[in-house]
Amino acid sequence: MSLKSNIESVGDYALLLKRVLSRPDRHREFFKEFFKEVYKLGVSSIWIVVIISFFIGAVIVMQIALNITTPLLPRFTVGAVSREIIILEFSSTIMCLILSGKVGSNIASEIGTMKITEQVDALEIMGVNSANYLILPKVAAFVAYMPVLVIFSMFTGIYGGYLICDILGTPSVETYVYGIQFYFRSALVWKSIAKSMIFGFIIASVSAYNGYNVKGGALNVGKASTNSVVTNSILILLTDLVFTQLTST
Amino acid sequence: MIEVNNINKQFEGIKVLENISASFQPGAVNMVIGKSGSGKTVFLKCLIGLLQPDSGEILYDKKDLLKMKHRDLKQLRRKMGMLFQGSALFDSKTVLENVMFPLDMFSRKNNREKRKRAEFCLERVNLLDAANLFPSEISGGMMKRAAIARAIALNPKFLFCDEPNSGLDPKSSQLIDELILDITKDFEMTSIVVSHDLNSVMNIGDYIIFLNEGIKEWEGTKDGILNSNNSKMNDFVFASDVFKKIKDAGDMIAGADDSLMLGQ
Repeated sequence: MSLKSNIESVGDYALLLKRVLSRPDRHREFFKEFFKEVYKLGVSSIWIVVIISFFIGAVIVMQIALNITTPLLPRFTVGAVSREIIILEFSSTIMCLILSGKVGSNIASEIGTMKITEQVDALEIMGVNSANYLILPKVAAFVAYMPVLVIFSMFTGIYGGYLICDILGTPSVETYVYGIQFYFRSALVWKSIAKSMIFGFIIASVSAYNGYNVKGGALNVGKASTNSVVTNSILILLTDLVFTQLTST
Repeated sequence: MIEVNNINKQFEGIKVLENISASFQPGAVNMVIGKSGSGKTVFLKCLIGLLQPDSGEILYDKKDLLKMKHRDLKQLRRKMGMLFQGSALFDSKTVLENVMFPLDMFSRKNNREKRKRAEFCLERVNLLDAANLFPSEISGGMMKRAAIARAIALNPKFLFCDEPNSGLDPKSSQLIDELILDITKDFEMTSIVVSHDLNSVMNIGDYIIFLNEGIKEWEGTKDGILNSNNSKMNDFVFASDVFKKIKDAGDMIAGADDSLMLGQ
């Protein structure tokens, strides 16, 4: 893609956002769609979040326990370091990268299919702001539900580590729990939640943009879906970098 | 009433519509016919504002669609009903919910009244039995009927149909044609139907315009179609064997009449 088309895409995205973030035609309809999307995008993602967080949490603890063998570092460091990784990076950034695959491709393909089957045109003909009607509930629902997913991920990740300590015995469960509690700052949790909400906005809006601009047939719906996952991943990593730099100073 | 004056539209330098003017009367089924790729759908999309023509004007009751403010355009669109080629029903909603959708969005009626209106529309298209089915569970013809029911839910002044018979068997096609005709007459709507199905044209067309390569080649009533002197129009119409035979039979009868006259 040329620089010109990239700049055009940014402009198109901004124009679409302007339409999306306008007042809904009917608030009742908006909330009806909002709750449907909370279930479809958020609640249905809980299982994948729980499973991945549990195993990755366990693996993080195992790896750290295996690699921190120096007697200069106390064993509770395993718990403390795992906590920082899980809360700050895994539950927000890595989980959002995974969700960009599940939720992002779902949004892009759903809206893309509606576009090629003229359902979006049908909304426009009725006088409905199609961008607002289709995209705003998805963005709002995903952003609003993101903290729930992140908190689930944090708890199951840490619990995965706990269970592995219980099974392997090194470090002991007590030492791990001590490490988890050691010099805990709740601000980190808030930071992680804030970050995930930004990522949630990126995932939902960028995927919707890709779907909304599909032209042609089913092949292009697939392309839009792939593009949305790739673009989301790059944007999430870039935003993470900027956010971490901004909040660490 | 809808008036179109000197509409032009091109895509990447290729002219798709060239200086098209027409006037569509209320209470009549106006048909836009032509070969595939002749610009019919682009013309329809320009009429309803989904595409912006490069020049010209589109007047709805003397108000130019292209110069309307966003708010006025929204108001106008609530007076439009559209039947898309692929029906464009919302997959995630049942047939009844699809018909209720425009009412949910724009009507101030309570839920019971909205449901009653939606059921009336479904009854009108003889589809009440399928009210609780999803679009994926019904046939193509039923989808078209559901789309008509949705299009008339808000009692529109203007009805647009893009290839309403595409993909349907002759019987279903006839049913859809009759439905469009009845609804147009009953509700005094201005209907514009894009089609290349000559049976439809002869069944329901009150006023017909023929497009060829983006140019309006011919306009008139259905009676004039078989006797047109326009060669491009004749190429289109008599590509069908049935119409060729009808024309030949007509000519034979006319010839026989002439010989009888001469004999007398």
